[in-house]
Amino acid sequence: MNQEYTLSVFSEDHIGILNQITIILTRRQINIDSITASESAVKGVHLITIVVRTTPEMVQKVVRQMEKVIDVLKVFAHTSEEIVYQEIALFKVSTKVMMSGTITDQVVRYHNGRLVEVTPEYMVIEKTGHKDEIIELLHFLEKHGILQFVRSGRVAITRQVKELNTYLKEMDSATRSKIPESTIYN
Amino acid sequence: MKENNNKNHNGNGQGEISGAEAVINILIAEGVDTIFGYPGGAIMPIYDNLMNVEDKITHVLTRHEQGAAHAAQGYAMVTGKPGVCLATSGPGATNLVTGIANAYLDSVPVVFITAQVVSTLIGTDAFQETDIIGVSMPVTKWNCQVKSADEIPEALSKAFYIATTGRPGPVLIDITKDAQIQKLNFIYSKCDYIRSYNPHIPLHMKEIESAAILINHASRPMIIAGHGVLISHAEEELLKFAEKTGIPVALTLLGLSAFPSSHRLYAGYLGMHGNYAPNVLTNQADLLIAIGMRFDDRVTGNLKKYAPDASVIHIDIDAAEINKNVRVDVAINNDAKEALYNLIPLVNQNSYEKWIREFRIYDKTEFDTVIKKDIKPESGEIKMGEVVKMISDLTKGDAVIVTDVGQNQMVTARYYRFSEPNTLVTSGGLGTMGFGLPASVGARLGSHKKNVITFLGDGGFQMTIQELGTIMQYNIGVKIVILNNSYLGMVRQWQDMFFSKRYASTEMVNPDFVAIAAAYRIPAKKVSERADLESSIKEMLATDGPYLLEVTVEKETNVMPMVQPGASVSEIKLTH
Ligand SMILES: Cc1ncc(C[n+]2csc(CCOP(=O)(O)OP(=O)(O)O)c2C)c(N)n1
Ligand SMILES: [Mg+2]
Repeated sequence: MNQEYTLSVFSEDHIGILNQITIILTRRQINIDSITASESAVKGVHLITIVVRTTPEMVQKVVRQMEKVIDVLKVFAHTSEEIVYQEIALFKVSTKVMMSGTITDQVVRYHNGRLVEVTPEYMVIEKTGHKDEIIELLHFLEKHGILQFVRSGRVAITRQVKELNTYLKEMDSATRSKIPESTIYN
Repeated sequence: MKENNNKNHNGNGQGEISGAEAVINILIAEGVDTIFGYPGGAIMPIYDNLMNVEDKITHVLTRHEQGAAHAAQGYAMVTGKPGVCLATSGPGATNLVTGIANAYLDSVPVVFITAQVVSTLIGTDAFQETDIIGVSMPVTKWNCQVKSADEIPEALSKAFYIATTGRPGPVLIDITKDAQIQKLNFIYSKCDYIRSYNPHIPLHMKEIESAAILINHASRPMIIAGHGVLISHAEEELLKFAEKTGIPVALTLLGLSAFPSSHRLYAGYLGMHGNYAPNVLTNQADLLIAIGMRFDDRVTGNLKKYAPDASVIHIDIDAAEINKNVRVDVAINNDAKEALYNLIPLVNQNSYEKWIREFRIYDKTEFDTVIKKDIKPESGEIKMGEVVKMISDLTKGDAVIVTDVGQNQMVTARYYRFSEPNTLVTSGGLGTMGFGLPASVGARLGSHKKNVITFLGDGGFQMTIQELGTIMQYNIGVKIVILNNSYLGMVRQWQDMFFSKRYASTEMVNPDFVAIAAAYRIPAKKVSERADLESSIKEMLATDGPYLLEVTVEKETNVMPMVQPGASVSEIKLTH
């Protein structure tokens, strides 16, 4: 059964890493719903957040293939319940249309939108929330005409208590505690 | 070497030695004494410096970059050391791609060094610029572009470390021409740590104990071992483990030579054209112990009908292989040698005489219906099987065997009796025609064995036939056996079996191979009569230096048994 997963890929900040991660998904014909890349709370560690829909078995396979990429530190796959997440959308609409009736009121009061720029010609509305709330606002505004619309990728914070830093420390000590194998090539 | 600490190098392009010289110094520091490659504009500084160390590093100029890549892999497979391969930018680099992909699928450590156009020209579609980093990304374990000389030591030290540790594989370092010319203050230390990459996985005794319980309770267990056993040098542990538990051992194509084929517990070769007994009995086993193998589709046949009654223990160093194709009951994500070493004390001394007898019954059926006709035909044209069998008998397994791809490869895998580890060099995962001849160049240079023998099809030979020039130039003493059926035999077999015998573009009009060998001053002979076969093989084996033996074999014959596409391993057919 397909399910929505948020993949958090922590990696070294290396050119090309995004490519290495996405080819793993494209080879398996997994569509990327959204993708965001940024720095993480740990200095020098890069975070890519990817939303995909796939099966629990497949998500495990791709997570392990992503962790196999040399510059990847750790990959987490979370279902929506395990994370706090948000997306942001911007709408550009005509000011004239917005000022007729109660449209602006509804955008602000009912949909929790925020006006970030207002000019005599157009307004820019910002909406932060889950995808379905954003889509709801999109449908509402569509009826009145939208000049531009853009929605960001998901940003997510995990509910788990063990933080990346702890994993990094564990990985570090595991690597250092062992004398390099002489048995494997060389 | 730690990451992010290369600031002790001089970044302003001033210093003692050039980037190119640093590359050479690093190769020497990494213990490299043989490399394969092909020069061109962008890599000339490195070649120029190679000339200064001719006493320390032998460079073999192949006739095509693909040949250099395969030769480096052949060298790595017999020596256990990383192969090293050089090529220039653009077409030089792209010509490597088949060889890189081949090494990737077969987990062979090869360090590819390509040159790149001057850093200021990158991205401009400059002359002989290709984005080889992008091109090689899906087929390398790791790759990296170097645009200034001071990055060379760190990049190359990581390259050798990554290629040779964990599950080995090819890596590629792309060095711009200006980085080769720039100066740096040279400091080099071997890499033994990368934060994001830990090849030394801690052993979990809990899994080992669970595995031992399954093993001690099994009544029809079978070991299926692959290339990982050879890579981790676990042959002795495998032998001890099998002898203590009494469990039969079947091998994958790349696992051949990991267990002596003369051993009473040897159950045969697995897969599409493997032996009858291990394929059929996979589906009667109650426990599969998979060691350093990856359940490739050529081994499992139809996955839905694979080993329905068996619990599965999977020992593999690559976590991504676990539960990838076959769901396993106990996963031991570790090096095969270490896992087996810890497992042996926990398993009971045992024997499975009744179970082993079942293998022998299937063996006899296979012998009577297939093998006898293949290796001891009374009449008719020469068969590939009898050539391989005769060479196996005459060398007593004491040779390195290289193959190309197709019927010649499958017949060699079936009838050569391997007795020592790392004595087979073949292209498994990618199935690359043209692999055999250049790989044998590397194998010959890497091996101390008296004989390195390569079995080639008439088709595959002509894909890299130009490497005869390399063999001539360096007097590389490989014995080349062309099993000439004047067909792309394996494809013709599929046309025969699955496309109503419509032989679309598989018949070959071939040149006079003996005359071609003569042009390269390589002694050669053609055999078409059974009566001349043995003496010709003996003559070949007794010849010092290279030799080419062309054997005219039966044109239209199929390699059997066969697990047909979509069929289960137990539905393996002996005849068709
Ligand atoms: C580079 C490449 N191209 C195509 C194939 C598909 N293929 C597999 S076996 C084969 C026929 C090989 O013919 P030959 O080398 O004469 O060997 P034979 O099977 O006759 O022993 C072909 C074309 C391949 N494996 N590799
Ligand atoms: Mg042929």
